[in-house]
Amino acid sequence: MQATATESAVQTRSSGRAKGRFNKFRQYRMLFLMLVPGFIFLLVFNYAPMYGLVLAFKDFRITSGILDSPWVGMKHFNKVFDDPHFYVVLKNTILISVYKLIFGFPAPIAFALLLNEMRRPLFRKWVQTVSYLPHFISWIVLAGIFTTLFSLDGPVNALVKAFGHAPVVFMADERYFRSILVGTSVFQSFGWSSIIFLAAIAGVDPQLHEAAIMDGAGRFRRMIQITLPMLAPVISIMLILSMGTILDAGFDQIFNMYNAQVYGVADVIDTYVYRLGLINADYSYSTAVGMFKSVVALILLLSVNRLVKAVGGSDHTLW
Amino acid sequence: MVYRKTRLGMAADLCLYAAMTLLMLITLYPFWMQLVTSLESGASVYTTRLMFVPEQVSLEAYRLAFHFKPLWTGYLNTIVRTALGVLCMLIVTSLTAYPLSKKDLPFNRAFTGFLLLTMLFTGGLIPNYLLIRELHLLNSVWALVLPGTLSAFNALVMRNFFRSIPESLEESARVDGAGYLRIFISVILPLSAPVLATLALWVGVGHWNAWFDSLIYIADGHKQVLQVVLRKILIENDTADMNAMIQKMNTHSEYTDRQLQAAVVMLSIVPMLVVYPFAQKYFVQGVMVGAIKG
Repeated sequence: MQATATESAVQTRSSGRAKGRFNKFRQYRMLFLMLVPGFIFLLVFNYAPMYGLVLAFKDFRITSGILDSPWVGMKHFNKVFDDPHFYVVLKNTILISVYKLIFGFPAPIAFALLLNEMRRPLFRKWVQTVSYLPHFISWIVLAGIFTTLFSLDGPVNALVKAFGHAPVVFMADERYFRSILVGTSVFQSFGWSSIIFLAAIAGVDPQLHEAAIMDGAGRFRRMIQITLPMLAPVISIMLILSMGTILDAGFDQIFNMYNAQVYGVADVIDTYVYRLGLINADYSYSTAVGMFKSVVALILLLSVNRLVKAVGGSDHTLW
Repeated sequence: MVYRKTRLGMAADLCLYAAMTLLMLITLYPFWMQLVTSLESGASVYTTRLMFVPEQVSLEAYRLAFHFKPLWTGYLNTIVRTALGVLCMLIVTSLTAYPLSKKDLPFNRAFTGFLLLTMLFTGGLIPNYLLIRELHLLNSVWALVLPGTLSAFNALVMRNFFRSIPESLEESARVDGAGYLRIFISVILPLSAPVLATLALWVGVGHWNAWFDSLIYIADGHKQVLQVVLRKILIENDTADMNAMIQKMNTHSEYTDRQLQAAVVMLSIVPMLVVYPFAQKYFVQGVMVGAIKG
């Protein structure tokens, strides 16, 4: 419709097109003005740091600032790929993420399915409220609590002793630390993550269940053969989406729970970048490590979005 | 739906409710254990046991924690950053989202793309840190407020909500001679209370629990937020300040570091425990809003 409007304007007056556009700008002047603050915020707090990534290709000198520091090309990236600890950190990041996915992904689905079988609304609401709670507590507080819980004289070791074993220093033992990370992460997130699946369950057509009841299907059978298959699209999309963040192993959690004794199994890209950059002040090198992560994350995100589009149509894509 | 009450069905129900009750107890246990620890007097706090009930109840740790100033300055700083953060977020996000909700706005796609790009790629830790330093925002509350003010995700959620408001409402205001700004303030914003409340709670909780920015940008102890004060006491296990204060108080109270730590934990999560059950509905709504395509 806009096109025809402009066309007719062109027919009536030779300068109509330019004038029409000018009038349009006048008409939208206020809207453009409203965009200005947001535009500035994005430019300063999102795009300026992106520009700051040139640090990875320079030798940063505090006295000369980012602009005047000398270019060094790929020097820092070569250093990254020659750094043996980088591979440890990369392996830890992927392992912790994958473990969290394996255990943390099915948990909310199972929880949502079971919750759906509860017929007492009040009891159900209580269970939901309690299960969401850990999501609202900061990882600092949670890490503080878990440190006490798993300490040498803590409740977990009380259980260990009750079963006749010697107490274990869980938080400083490389054999247990990743399991603790995964377990506490599931504890923190299973309730909250179930919301999206509960909503999908609520959307299942009751007629399907009625028909199945007619055919004599029991509750368990219907849960497995009706509810679960109806969840399949949501499940596959959530699964694919979580692949896009596989390099985020959970900085908040790990940073507050790990210690030097378990760096070998718990140091991840984000914690390594923090120690290199802000503790050792090795700005250029840590920017290079961080940039490696950003680039891989971008590639993952783009491929994941394409995959979601292929699986579920454009309704569930990120943009 | 009608259920046949069979013996098998009853048994299944029993198992289900028992399992869910157990799950609920396990989820609550870590918090319960902290409460018990905070009430446990003297050295019995260090005996290895499950901490279901305190052996000797004492409120001493709470009394001492109440006198610990950094905790309350931390609270105040957290409240200030949360209030400023939510306010700035609401203003800038709604101002950005409204023009973008107009499909006929010239260059709308370009603006939206400019916004979306920030979801895909970020500068990362060091460039952000250097930026804050260059802007001379180190040690200022604005370093905690400004960087997160406009997020692409929030803007898209709000834009979609604005688009769902019937065009006819705006038309009638336009007939009365109102401009875009007028319409935005007196028609759109009042109708958008649900999305504004949801985003405010969402971002508010984020600010309340945020700690990393404060850890790296704020050096001055009096300006630290609650979470960083907690981090020092709980994670770095540094109770020297608290013990020094207690020495000065010259009381003859019996307490242990662990009891103090637990009391501090309880004092810090009380506001969340009180507010959260009432606000839960909005949080859940937020998840659903976010799930709809941006």
